[in-house]
Amino acid sequence: MQRALTLHQTTIGKKVAMALSGVILVGFTVGHFLGNLNLYLGQEAMDGYAETLQSLTPVLWGTRLLLLFAFGVHIASAISLWVRNTQARGSRYKKRTDLATDYAARTMYWSGPILLLFVVYHLLHFTILPDHPGEVYRNVVEGFQNPLIAGVYMAANVALGFHIFHGFYSAFQTLGANHPRYNSYRRDAAIAISAAITIGNLSFPISVLAGLVTL
Amino acid sequence: MQLRSNEPTGPIENRWEKHKEANKLVSPANRRKYTVIVVGSGLAGGAAAASLGEMGYNVKCFCYQDSPRRAHSIAAQGGINAAKNYQNDGDSVYRLFYDTVKGGDFRSRESNVFRLAELSVQIIDQAVAQGVPFAREYGGLLGNRSFGGAQVSRTFYARGQTGQQLLLGAYQALSRQIEAGTVEMFSRTEMLDLIVHDGRARGIVTRCMKTGKVSPHIADMVILCTGGYGNVFYLSTNAKGCNCTAAWRTHRHGAAFANPCYTQIHPTCIPQAGTYQSKLTLMSESLRNDGRVWVPRKKEDVTKRPEDIAEEDRYYYLEERYPAFGNLVPRDVASRNALYVTNDGLGVGPEVDGERRGVYLDFGDAIDRLGEQTIQERYGNLFEMYERITNDSPYETPMRIYPATHYTMGGLWVDYNLETTIPGLFAGGEANFSDHGANRLGASALMQGLADGYFVLPFTVGNYLGEVRTLPPLAEDHADVTGAVTAVEERIQKLMNAPDPKHAPEHFHRMLGRIIWTKCGMSRNKEGLEKALRDIPKLRDQFWREVKITGTGEELNQTLERAGRVADFFELGELMCLDALRREESCGGHFREEHEENGEALRDDDNFSYVAAWEWTGTPGEPRLNKEPLTFEYVKPSKRSYK
Amino acid sequence: MSEELLNLTLHVWRQDGPDDAGRFETHQAKDITTHMSFLEMLDVVNELLIENGKSPIAFDHDCREGICGTCGMVINGVAHGPQKLTTTCQLHMRQFKNGDEIWLEPWRASGFPVLKDLVVDRTAFDRIIQAGGYISIRTGSASEANELPVAKEIADQAMDAAECIGCGACVAACPNASASLFTAAKISHLSLLPQGQAERQDRARKMVAQMDAEGFGGCTNHGECEAACPKGVSLRWIARMNRELVRAMVTADAPIESRKR
Repeated sequence: MQRALTLHQTTIGKKVAMALSGVILVGFTVGHFLGNLNLYLGQEAMDGYAETLQSLTPVLWGTRLLLLFAFGVHIASAISLWVRNTQARGSRYKKRTDLATDYAARTMYWSGPILLLFVVYHLLHFTILPDHPGEVYRNVVEGFQNPLIAGVYMAANVALGFHIFHGFYSAFQTLGANHPRYNSYRRDAAIAISAAITIGNLSFPISVLAGLVTL
Repeated sequence: MQLRSNEPTGPIENRWEKHKEANKLVSPANRRKYTVIVVGSGLAGGAAAASLGEMGYNVKCFCYQDSPRRAHSIAAQGGINAAKNYQNDGDSVYRLFYDTVKGGDFRSRESNVFRLAELSVQIIDQAVAQGVPFAREYGGLLGNRSFGGAQVSRTFYARGQTGQQLLLGAYQALSRQIEAGTVEMFSRTEMLDLIVHDGRARGIVTRCMKTGKVSPHIADMVILCTGGYGNVFYLSTNAKGCNCTAAWRTHRHGAAFANPCYTQIHPTCIPQAGTYQSKLTLMSESLRNDGRVWVPRKKEDVTKRPEDIAEEDRYYYLEERYPAFGNLVPRDVASRNALYVTNDGLGVGPEVDGERRGVYLDFGDAIDRLGEQTIQERYGNLFEMYERITNDSPYETPMRIYPATHYTMGGLWVDYNLETTIPGLFAGGEANFSDHGANRLGASALMQGLADGYFVLPFTVGNYLGEVRTLPPLAEDHADVTGAVTAVEERIQKLMNAPDPKHAPEHFHRMLGRIIWTKCGMSRNKEGLEKALRDIPKLRDQFWREVKITGTGEELNQTLERAGRVADFFELGELMCLDALRREESCGGHFREEHEENGEALRDDDNFSYVAAWEWTGTPGEPRLNKEPLTFEYVKPSKRSYK
Repeated sequence: MSEELLNLTLHVWRQDGPDDAGRFETHQAKDITTHMSFLEMLDVVNELLIENGKSPIAFDHDCREGICGTCGMVINGVAHGPQKLTTTCQLHMRQFKNGDEIWLEPWRASGFPVLKDLVVDRTAFDRIIQAGGYISIRTGSASEANELPVAKEIADQAMDAAECIGCGACVAACPNASASLFTAAKISHLSLLPQGQAERQDRARKMVAQMDAEGFGGCTNHGECEAACPKGVSLRWIARMNRELVRAMVTADAPIESRKR
């Protein structure tokens, strides 16, 4: 008796799971970035925004659980595909020349774990073990005034940009949306969204370092 | 040897129906008790194995390629004929039959040809239902074109890859049967001998090309769909692996070989560029619709760039010699005239073995008249293919072309049931001789392969098995089986251990090919054929003495595979020359220089209206000739003239 | 028509059999004319090896006109070599320069075990087709061919997908050794046509299950397969296969059984 296959047990199903969970994560990233723009409105706006979020307990925890689930699915599928894909090659090529792939696609298996480590650090830094509980604006500005911390955030956001670029572009393909007439728009959209998030997120530590945002 | 064609009699329109009605049948419940071996998985073999498996027979299918999808049927570009009359231009089964008999220069069997034309209609239905993506018109219905000078548009096509798509259709049908368990597929497995027991074909001996293991396979009957023998010329448009070994081995067991000298030479191939060349590439004949064929008028101009040769120094020999048809004369006439002008030292292109074998096909006028755009639309992919191989752009400089062997009309002699002279041994597709006579019309090869595979063999196999009922079991340790296995093993050992090993098999194959091409090609004469018949046995002896194969027989050994095939080409090549020598007439593309009238082929219906079926006597070069007389009740022989 | 002579250094993967570890061997190819095809260059090297009593380099090839799909090797890290839309057998030596070093490797994939040197076993592709890459039509039971019109655009798309020659370059080029392009081409060809509708969902599920069972990797959308494909088979068919599979898996009454290699 052979086992029965469900969608998620196929390689395509795993990619579909990655694409769908990825869409959730990208959606969150966009919302997160938009919320953080409060930084430019000053301490009051930022802390007030944080407080509002905290007060909406069911929404907050609902979002957190959804994100946790999306992360879980994304990471589990990635690991399972990675193991499979490594085994599928067998012996390695002595010479290998890439024709079509790009830096973002090639480095997904690096940018992914980097982002995971960053998310853990980011949560510890601002959410779980903040220096000044409740004072989000102060935590951010004090944190980014340290060039080392700012550097970590900037590096991670560059990785995020690449990861989202390939992930977003590729999700369309995985979910079956590939049409010669619209493919260039798909690419443009991936560039736009990954660039917007990266540049926007980089602007926070840069503004702090440049002294444009201060306590 | 008795040659009984077993054709039905009566009105030709009813012969196949009548024959099917008289057929013996095997009941569905009994079919799985019969094992049928099919050798080859091209259009004929793949279609036969799939259809027989589907009917319930226990089928074993063999191919030398790594997958049944790769048989050389895949390379056919142009299309497949069918008398559908979708274009309302007056086509009919009768007209297709008529054109095929006439095109074959009255050397084919009328009953077979009529059946082929009749079945052509069903083939298209079958292929479309399988998902073959034939070209379509904007209304969604199937498109047709006129092909090879036909006066009706009856050719169905799938871009330039009709053979590929039809083969994939058959391959997919075969795959379905493999999945269903009715067909067992043996790829990378080469048939090296036939097992004959009690006068009937009862199995084959194969060599596994991965491990070298030689094994017998016992069955109730054997079908060969092993393609043609064009590679006897060494350079041909065939795939490198195409060979005559399976057919030749059965010939040595008593299967008559018919009309071996009938080979088709295609006029528009890319010429040989050097002695190292391994194969020739065909380009569609449609190129002659707009290209003008010429050579320099003066010998001293042959090394000049064609652009530097003045208009009055260009010899448009087809236009001058055949004003009515010009560049569109039939294949054989175009080919033969290219030979004559190059024989006169007017050939162009690189010198290979001291000769320039090429003529120009010039699109300059066509580009001036129609514009580059139109030419590109018509021939863009062909021009690209030409440039890829030669590095010359036909938009800028004339193409160079030269004839090359493309198809072999000769093959195993079969009756109306496609049964050879060995009971229980059948042959389909290019491997048999049956339907094309002395010359094959364009877009007819695919038609014949599929007609044999899908529609003829499934009936006649049932008839044979229904007639013999039960055959006595044949054990693997029976002397007829072990004897065949031992013979194969001994032959491998003999090849591996030549007394004075010097050269790879290709070395000898090239020399054999040169003899066959120059002496038994598109133009032949008594003197040349007699010389070939003296030279081939000498070269064959040298081959057996000096062939060098490294490695062992018990592994993947491509040199050994080739050596075995070359050895059989030597014997076949000799038979071709003998057949050509005895056929004292010019028919089809086979010009006997002694038999001509004002430079045109002169057929001799009084003395040569027969199929030459050669019988093996035990000694190469000394076969016995049997004649199957041909009668023409419907299409009366007439003379071809293109002047 | 200008001709040059090349002297080349070949680093060729030699492997005696499926269980051998394999190694690179260096051979010189001398006086190779630029008009030779790549395989003719190897023929010359091999004939010399045989005359010197050495074992020739085993490589697969048959039609030598780019349609049968038998040939294929990785040349300097690129499946089928440097010329786009060209099989190994159609590659000519004018693509190389005098003194070039050329690395020759087999298709490397667990789904394609090496049989010898550059020859690999691609029967996995046959098994993927056997799993469902056909339209089940009994010989002789087809209806009249023009009964069912097919829009020209759809027929052309089906032909685009059907051009696949099954050479395996997609697997060789894919960083994950995925057979997605091959499988997708056949699923797309048959799902586009009206004749292929009855088995459409079953076909997608079974062929994908077989593709996975053969040990090929998954698609991660690099596009290397499309770039290496000698017939230019498009990535869009992979997107279509994904659609076909999701729809089939989601709407099926019962899950299908997994398949064996």
